[in-house]
Amino acid sequence: MTETDILLSIRGLTKAYPGVVANDGVSLDILRGEVHALLGENGAGKSTLVKMIYGLVKPDSGEMVLNGAPFAPAEPQAARASGVAMVFQHFSLFDALNVAENIALGMADPPKMRDLAQRIREVSEQYGLPLDPDRLVGNLSAGERQRVEIVRCLLQDPKLLIMDEPTSVLTPQEVEILFATLRKLSAEGTSILYISHKLEEIRTLCDEATILRLGKKVATCVPRDTTARDMAELMVGAELHVPERAGKLPGPVRLAVNRLNIASPAQFGTSLKDIDFEVRGGEVLGLAGVAGNGQDELLAALSGEMLSSAEMVSFDGREIGNLGPTARRRMGLLSAPEERLGHAAAPDMSLTENALLTGVEREGLERHGFLYWGKARDFAEAIIKRFDVRTPGTENAARSLSGGNLQKFVIGREVMQRPGVLVVNQPTWGVDAAAAAVIRQALLDLAEGGTAVIVISQDLDELMEVSDRFAALNEGRLSTVVPAKGLSVEQIGLMMGGAHGMEVAHV
Amino acid sequence: MDLSAINPVLLIASLMVAATPILLAGIGELVTERAGVLNLGVEGMMITGAICGFAAAVITGSPLLGFVAAALGGAMLSLLFAFLTQYALANQVASGLALTLFGLGLSALLGQGYVGIKPPATPRIDIPFLTDLPVVGRILFGHDLMVYFGIALVAAVWAFLRYSRAGLILRAVGESHDAAHALGYKVRRVRVLAIMFGGACAGLGGAYVSLIRVPQWTEGMTAGAGWIALALVVFASWKPWRVLLGAYLFGGVTVLQLNLQAAGLAIPVEYLSMSPYLITILVLVIMSADKSRAPAALGRIFHAAQ
Repeated sequence: MTETDILLSIRGLTKAYPGVVANDGVSLDILRGEVHALLGENGAGKSTLVKMIYGLVKPDSGEMVLNGAPFAPAEPQAARASGVAMVFQHFSLFDALNVAENIALGMADPPKMRDLAQRIREVSEQYGLPLDPDRLVGNLSAGERQRVEIVRCLLQDPKLLIMDEPTSVLTPQEVEILFATLRKLSAEGTSILYISHKLEEIRTLCDEATILRLGKKVATCVPRDTTARDMAELMVGAELHVPERAGKLPGPVRLAVNRLNIASPAQFGTSLKDIDFEVRGGEVLGLAGVAGNGQDELLAALSGEMLSSAEMVSFDGREIGNLGPTARRRMGLLSAPEERLGHAAAPDMSLTENALLTGVEREGLERHGFLYWGKARDFAEAIIKRFDVRTPGTENAARSLSGGNLQKFVIGREVMQRPGVLVVNQPTWGVDAAAAAVIRQALLDLAEGGTAVIVISQDLDELMEVSDRFAALNEGRLSTVVPAKGLSVEQIGLMMGGAHGMEVAHV
Repeated sequence: MDLSAINPVLLIASLMVAATPILLAGIGELVTERAGVLNLGVEGMMITGAICGFAAAVITGSPLLGFVAAALGGAMLSLLFAFLTQYALANQVASGLALTLFGLGLSALLGQGYVGIKPPATPRIDIPFLTDLPVVGRILFGHDLMVYFGIALVAAVWAFLRYSRAGLILRAVGESHDAAHALGYKVRRVRVLAIMFGGACAGLGGAYVSLIRVPQWTEGMTAGAGWIALALVVFASWKPWRVLLGAYLFGGVTVLQLNLQAAGLAIPVEYLSMSPYLITILVLVIMSADKSRAPAALGRIFHAAQ
């Protein structure tokens, strides 16, 4: 390795926020044409580090050298001008604008709209990411939206492409195509900084990995020669506990969904079409699917937020499709939606109040319209204790908890109410590995006790770990439900809708 | 009842005058809202513009300088709103209502010495040959400059939003401030500029009332025109040409019902007086049944989280 092989060199970058050091003296080198992985748990400081490279955050100290010249971008425009491009984890796209307008917004000096449309077509075909410049972004699938972001970067001939968790919204087939595109780019000399916590992906794609823990660089490794388990333990800094379960024969059908058809109330939502399945007591049904294929709508239809005809949803043989959430909760059909702040929990209310909001029926926290605050507080305390929620007390606002802790609280709140059927959407989204293991174990324990559990998730590893049976949502339709054991990644990918019209890069 | 007393040519000519204040205020508010800011202070900025413009015109003797002062006055007042909502992160609805109340009070204070004075007359444009054309001449070519300015402004805003890069950035900021921020756009700066544009337009609309339409100064003389302009933007689905259509419709029915009242139509006056509001809302509600919707970030507070 000589000096000229290094594209970007980072020395001692430090960034502190009130109460937390996000990055503490991080150093790393990215070579030309290298795919460099950045690994770490949530909160390890990966996002802060790339935001500093992209000019969104100013480091407190430390320096960067790009192409042999000092590099300190004051804003993203400056970073883009130096050849740094970034694909965001939460897409930086505008639903009401079309593809070409979205791409123009991410360019320093966009050509005329008509020329731009032509160039979008050329570049997207060349890299196997076909795109129609005139379509509204709000009508695109998650995979197509990511294509928009990538094409936006490619149009600027980047020297360094930063990708923040790019595969979390893709089917396995789409991931393969993306990797082909990235390999082609890297062969052409573009360096890629790849953030992910999917270790098997990193092993197949990346040349070098830097591992962060609590803001510090703790190790580097060559992913091809390191096992996923070793990398995971480097990230966590401890041994991993894998959830276990005892095999048990499923009981009677608890929840049956029969030809469920509902139009989505959201403007860019997905309508549910002819959904059919049943879940038995003691069983975990895993539902996969790329984001935006009807997961939120299905949860709403099961929880009672969206009403259907009575016969479309039955609970223990009773038709409940036309009953609202409170009536369903009273019977024992509980749910925990994906969005923690604002949907599963009221951000500015205390944990006691949040515990009361869903627990009021089944925990008997109310009589004749008057609330039992003492009992509600005991209930909240019980959740905090059993699920090891890190918080000073029950009177803290839900907003003040970290993502993982709040997630433990909202899942724990439902688990503690002894549900007959529990529906959860993305139960461990943005939660660190240890907390995720606790939540998954709680779901499995619940199933042991005779509850029917439905886990909707975009994390295939998670679904494979907990599910007895498995199905996938694709554009509002549900695939056939099959046993989870022995399912291959290819089969799962096809159930999720295959490659959604993507094609392999024309290398 | 004598309907023949209503002269259609004069009717059309005067509806253009009646529509101009809400047209100006409406197009300004449209730009503000397309940037994602809901400023309910239009009424307050209009009345402030009305007195600033009136006072400046009386002092300098020039109506043109009056309009310039009105635009500045409206923009200055809107800066207060911009500070509250963009930097102090105050609630936009409450701040806008406060701005209206503040503007009404401020204008009454500023206008104490100006009651009962006549402002210098704004000349009508008189093109020797064209204005003398029958019918068309009187309708199209006999107005003051501000009527044409209003129409030109609608065209300019339309072209700005549709074809210019700055317009694209403004729409992007109104659609998702988080995404715009992530791309490195200055969300606050764009919004402050949009708010000031809205304030300046509202000020011009107010001055049109005090300098041309009425023309004199009385307290609270905008009489709710700011609220009409606000409603117009919503019912026009945030589209510039529909604001023009709505404003002319409203102005037209207003003038027509006044004529009908004068002609002694056998309908209670109250029904005639409410007709401009009813008909404008009805037409625009029917038109807004298409897929258009509000800017997604409208009224949401932008907090630049790192």
